[in-house]
Amino acid sequence: MKKFKEKLSGLAFLVLALSSISVLLLITVFIVVQGASSIGREGLLNFVFGMKWAPSQDIYGIFPMIVGTLSVTLGAAIVGVPIGLCTSIFLAEFAPPFLRNIFRPAIQLLAAIPSVVYGFVGILFVVPFIRNFLGGPGLSILAASIVLGVMILPTVISICEVSLLSLPRQYKEGALALGLTRWQSILHVQLPAAKSGIVAAIILGIGRAVGETMAVIMVVGNATAMPESILDSVRTLTTNIGIEMGYAFGEHQEALFATGIILFVMIMIINGLAQSVVRRKSK
Amino acid sequence: MDAKIVIKDFNLYYGKKQAIEGFNLSIPRNEIFSLFGPAGSGITSLLRAMNRLSDLTPDLRVEGDILLDGKSIFAPDLSMTALRRRVGMVFDVPTPLPLSIFENIAYGPRLQSKKSKAALQDIAEQALRAAALWEDVKDRLQAPAMSLSGGQQQRLCIARVLALQPEVILLDRPCSGLDPISTAKIEESLIELKKNLTVVIAPHSTQQAGRIADRVAFMLLGKLIEDGTSEDVFMQPKDQRTNDYITGRFG
Repeated sequence: MKKFKEKLSGLAFLVLALSSISVLLLITVFIVVQGASSIGREGLLNFVFGMKWAPSQDIYGIFPMIVGTLSVTLGAAIVGVPIGLCTSIFLAEFAPPFLRNIFRPAIQLLAAIPSVVYGFVGILFVVPFIRNFLGGPGLSILAASIVLGVMILPTVISICEVSLLSLPRQYKEGALALGLTRWQSILHVQLPAAKSGIVAAIILGIGRAVGETMAVIMVVGNATAMPESILDSVRTLTTNIGIEMGYAFGEHQEALFATGIILFVMIMIINGLAQSVVRRKSK
Repeated sequence: MDAKIVIKDFNLYYGKKQAIEGFNLSIPRNEIFSLFGPAGSGITSLLRAMNRLSDLTPDLRVEGDILLDGKSIFAPDLSMTALRRRVGMVFDVPTPLPLSIFENIAYGPRLQSKKSKAALQDIAEQALRAAALWEDVKDRLQAPAMSLSGGQQQRLCIARVLALQPEVILLDRPCSGLDPISTAKIEESLIELKKNLTVVIAPHSTQQAGRIADRVAFMLLGKLIEDGTSEDVFMQPKDQRTNDYITGRFG
């Protein structure tokens, strides 16, 4: 009887665990089935490198959106990573305990703010600022980069901080005992030692930036043309789906699913990179 | 006696807890001085205070003074990095930096002042020879330091400190967890080193203190019980507690 109970509980956990995995499987299959026919019809190269997105004429090319996604993501990394890294160094090495106790929950709160609120703040402050001082429509790559840069901060800061704090105490003490200054110790010993954790933090932050939709829709302008400067409007892969899925049907809808496949592949690559970096660390 | 380090009425507190109490001691130049006693006697705390690594511990407070060549190491205008270059430290666990063998050694001298590559090679070879590691690693200086064995890593840490040409080297149980052969190599190099510098060591056993130290001091619960030459303290201890400890009756 007891043995039976053991087996039953094991089975129950297995079923529950499978259900979360199966959701992933379902989503993958669903997107691929729905989108594959569109890619088949257009041809993969025409779809990925096509310059024009005109659903009314049944022309589906997403290259400007891939460029949009990459440029917005890169911009977010340029804005968010230096700030995040410096903040984590400050928190791990320099901050007095009372400041740390204010900063940590505040940064966690930053992650809890809904993305639509970030978009809202972006529209109210960032977009008019860019329009007035730098020109262009304001709704632009730059605006999205700034908003996303702030949004990835919690991810970057907390993972960087953990990887700095988890270094053996002896690295720092050994460096200081050699007569290094604190700054030299951080720059030449602690940061290199924590490198893989920091790289993982950056990649995970980038993953978040690639996938973000709501805030980006609100500040990026959503033009389907190829951007010529960071002050131009673009559309990203996620916003393309977010904007048009509500009314699309037929071939148009399939093309949006195909956009999802490309996005899915990009995020898989980023996650794979992050995991291989983290695995190298634990070796 | 020509004292390199003088400890005067020294007290050390972690918060409210007192770890070292009313400590007075002179450590002579160019000798091996061994602080020994049971765990929790404040030996590590005292060593860490001597190059002010103790500053890293929050809530730590000191009273009294430690003089290096007659000058206080707690003087407000004293440069911490200069002090730590004069008074090097080796820890109980080997702590190579995550760099190559050569870089572990070249790193400190390079930051100290600009040096040519050849000069750094020279420094590294001398330091590695002094730490009895040169023969083991001369063919693979670019290999990661982590690929060395525990005993080799510890000798690398000693070499790294020596490359800065310190006046004093503090060793906190440097041979704990090492095999007897590595231990013997480290002890040999320490005896060689005292020609040029002052060695303060917390040994991992009283036997080690007896083997290499010129002078020893017995510590118990943060207090100095007695000090003197190794022969005097080990052969004719004045204090009953010292006698009990070295004959193995407690601790």
